[in-house]
Amino acid sequence: MSGKTIVIVDYGMGNLFNLQRAIASLGFESTITFDSKRIETAGRLLLPGVGAFPKAMEELNKRLLLEPLGQFRSTGRPLLGICLGMQLLFSKSYEFGEHKGLDFIKGKVIPLRRPEPDGNKYKIPQIGWNRIEIPSSRTVGPASKRGLLTGLTTGADYYFVHSFFCCPEDPAVIAAETEYGRDRFCSVAHQENLWGCQFHPERSGELGLAFLKNFINL
Amino acid sequence: MRRALRVIPRLDIKGPNLVKGVHLEGLRVLGKPWSFARAYYRGGADELIYIDAVASLYGRNSLLEIVRKTAENIFIPLTVGGGVRSVHDMRDLLCAGADKIAINTGAVNNPDLITQGAALFGSQCVVGSIQAKLINGKYFVFTDNGREATEREVVPWALRLVELGAGEILVTSIDREGTAAGYDLDLIAELADVLTVPLIVGGGCGRIDHMLEAAKNAGVDAVCASSLFHYQFLKSAQEDESFAEEGNVEFLKSHRGEREFMTSRLLPADIKQVKFSLKANGVSCRETAG
Repeated sequence: MSGKTIVIVDYGMGNLFNLQRAIASLGFESTITFDSKRIETAGRLLLPGVGAFPKAMEELNKRLLLEPLGQFRSTGRPLLGICLGMQLLFSKSYEFGEHKGLDFIKGKVIPLRRPEPDGNKYKIPQIGWNRIEIPSSRTVGPASKRGLLTGLTTGADYYFVHSFFCCPEDPAVIAAETEYGRDRFCSVAHQENLWGCQFHPERSGELGLAFLKNFINL
Repeated sequence: MRRALRVIPRLDIKGPNLVKGVHLEGLRVLGKPWSFARAYYRGGADELIYIDAVASLYGRNSLLEIVRKTAENIFIPLTVGGGVRSVHDMRDLLCAGADKIAINTGAVNNPDLITQGAALFGSQCVVGSIQAKLINGKYFVFTDNGREATEREVVPWALRLVELGAGEILVTSIDREGTAAGYDLDLIAELADVLTVPLIVGGGCGRIDHMLEAAKNAGVDAVCASSLFHYQFLKSAQEDESFAEEGNVEFLKSHRGEREFMTSRLLPADIKQVKFSLKANGVSCRETAG
């Protein structure tokens, strides 16, 4: 059982209860904690978060969580970063200056481009439903490659709230893409045991729950 | 570019009940909010808005239990408002399961509340709620569920709310609210032209056509409706005995005036019908399958 202990990292960035409730609705218990031991020994680790990147890194630092997160990563057990949590997995972000991230995935986090003065109007941050496009290489083939996208089809919508997005150096990391305004960005990232999603699976209806279930079942 | 219009049922809450009024007054009980909320979630609602209809008046907040119960089995964004006066109120609602907090009276009385809320929980959590009424050709901000006039005009106040830290603006036309006469398109146009954050429009939606009219303005990000959905749910509850306890069916049978209202202006529809019509008319909506 301990192999499937689900831990939600609490570092003071945003409301974690709805994520816990979503997991509960799938029939699984989860623990919200910043205890390093419990994080290192988790079976599944969720790194959620909303807010600003530099503040989030500062909070992780304050709670001495950088090392436990690194420890967990090296166990090879699955880790899912959600929204800001996904962005933290990357090397650096340009939100309020240049800031170092966890650097688990090579790449940077940059802002969505604003609309052109006489172009199509759209709003920043993106708040609302948007589709994820999954390359066919991710929907067929071995289960290990499909992972969290198992059973999900390209073109369905998920709930996004963000103004920055992740640019992985290695395009193979991109498991799904989303278009917003003038940008096309990585909305699901996958590298070894690391997963990240820019949308909120806990607020994305039944498809979001399916995504979370896939993570638990990895 | 594709832009999925959000379709949002609004549930006005009084005590433990879902209520509906006209011009935000004359509230009557329709049933238990979570029965409606669950049906909307299953039907494909993109978000839900709960507004405590009396909290502003009596200074109490009975929403927490309803929010908690909703959050257990509904996994779309939930915006909650009504009587929010402090960051404590906000925190309580967020912990109970709300994703965003709508603030109207609290912001007019204390604009700093918006800034504090945004600093603590993020702008994405703070919805600036505006109740608007047309007086001598100008839209004015009202508080306390449309009861109290202010000297603030809607557009500058909306811009101020954004400046203070509101991540979205929810505007409700008091003139249209509960009338099923359609959204106030002039009001919407004034706001859509200037806002840089998402705009949610409400008040007056009585049929799918009204949503189509509002959606024509590219500055509208979300449409909100209550009677449209609630009466459809009650109708289906009336036809389905197993649902009978979930909605106030007796009220439908006994209120003659209400039936006339429904046949004259209101054409109830469920979320699926709404989305089907929107898409058929070229308005993008959330897809739940590829």
